[in-house]
Amino acid sequence: MSGLLSQLPFASIDGAIEFIFEPQYSNVTGGNKVGGIDKVVELTINQLQVTVISLAIALAVALPFALYLGHKHKFETLAIAFGNAGRGIPELALIAFMAAAIGVGLLNVAIALAVLGIPPILTNTFVGIHQVDRAAVDAARGMGMTEFEILRKVEIPLAIPTLMGGIRGATIAIVATATIAPLAGYETLGDFIINENVYGENGVLAGAILVALLALALELALAGIQRLLTSPGLKPRPA
Amino acid sequence: MTSPTVFAAVGEVGKDFFKERTTDTLPCQSTDKLFCWDWARENFDRYETPLRQHVELVLISVAIGFAIAFALALLSHRHRWLRPPFLLGTGVLYTIPSIAFFFLLLPLTGRGRDTAIIALSAYTLQIIYRNTIIGLDNVSKSAVEAARGIGMTDRQILWKVEIPLARPEIFAGLQIATVSTVAIATLATFARGGGLGEPIFGGELGIDFKTNIIIAGGLAVLLAAAFGLLLLWLQRLVTPWRRVETE
Repeated sequence: MSGLLSQLPFASIDGAIEFIFEPQYSNVTGGNKVGGIDKVVELTINQLQVTVISLAIALAVALPFALYLGHKHKFETLAIAFGNAGRGIPELALIAFMAAAIGVGLLNVAIALAVLGIPPILTNTFVGIHQVDRAAVDAARGMGMTEFEILRKVEIPLAIPTLMGGIRGATIAIVATATIAPLAGYETLGDFIINENVYGENGVLAGAILVALLALALELALAGIQRLLTSPGLKPRPA
Repeated sequence: MTSPTVFAAVGEVGKDFFKERTTDTLPCQSTDKLFCWDWARENFDRYETPLRQHVELVLISVAIGFAIAFALALLSHRHRWLRPPFLLGTGVLYTIPSIAFFFLLLPLTGRGRDTAIIALSAYTLQIIYRNTIIGLDNVSKSAVEAARGIGMTDRQILWKVEIPLARPEIFAGLQIATVSTVAIATLATFARGGGLGEPIFGGELGIDFKTNIIIAGGLAVLLAAAFGLLLLWLQRLVTPWRRVETE
């Protein structure tokens, strides 16, 4: 398969894999080699770093609001409309505007990316808590639990699948958009994709492969965390 | 790019925003104003082609995505065992960032609008597929039994009972997929697929010219809102029983 692809006029899988492990000559750097495993590791760590910081900001902003509103069953339409509207934020314009208006660098990129993470977390957390069976909540209240205990011991555990769905959606959106962070002066794996003149066609393809693998790895990790957090009673049992 | 210090830059933007109302200097690109009205008035026609390309990207991608996802949903409605592999497959396509997807296609389709459309359609599959099967699952058993009782065939039950009753979820999926695609299609410019991302990245204006970013980004937001509201209206139109229920 890769042998066939390498004969095509565009980038090749073989070339991209070579680029990932061994630095290659570039047309514009005057003899300095680009790419290679050290650079790949560095940029992967950068992309993970900005993703984690941004996710933390989004969680810190969205979770308290959503838990409170969901627990009180308030502003349902608003919470859901906010999530739907959030999907319409054009990523490229957001990153470019934040860079031009506020500035470049890690923290500014993280803040811009957090804007994409807040709507899914807010909406899913709200819906998850809001939809918890009222009878379970009443039973907890009857047992003498405080409102905070009800939230922590009853509502959040029962809402974990929906709640984690929001966090997974937010993480995918953030790590995907972190790919264009080099436009805002923060180097991630997207650098290979955006600076095609430096890295060449094989570099672009290598960047795409690495970004796709990173997103899939994060999604797998979060699915694993979700399994750990889900109460045994809620797990689908083998029949 | 502008000043690296966050707070200083914010202060400058605020000051210039108010200055903009009193002074009216062309060209404005070299200054650090938030929005140049005079430039916008003079140059608005630059955005007509990107806007048209953007609408085309979205309509074609969502149409292809819908056709495939709907067919997969009907297939796995009849054959239940197909659901886990379909969910996994569409889930993987959904997780791969669009911008990576554009370039994973590089050895196969190169760059251009077709590449962008393939990646954008692949992204919509999971949302539409999942909503369609949820909609079909939510159809009440008694409605299906009643249809069978009056002598409908399986095919008639599917097209005349199940699919019409699943419309709310199907349209909700279509709405989410369309709004998301409008946003993500701004990235199509990286694959040289045109659209509203092009004036921001790849055009001659420069990525730090704020007026340009606001116009292109603003048009994308308005387009997403317009598609969202249009689909909401269509959903109400094709689910008349819901209006009776909520009244």
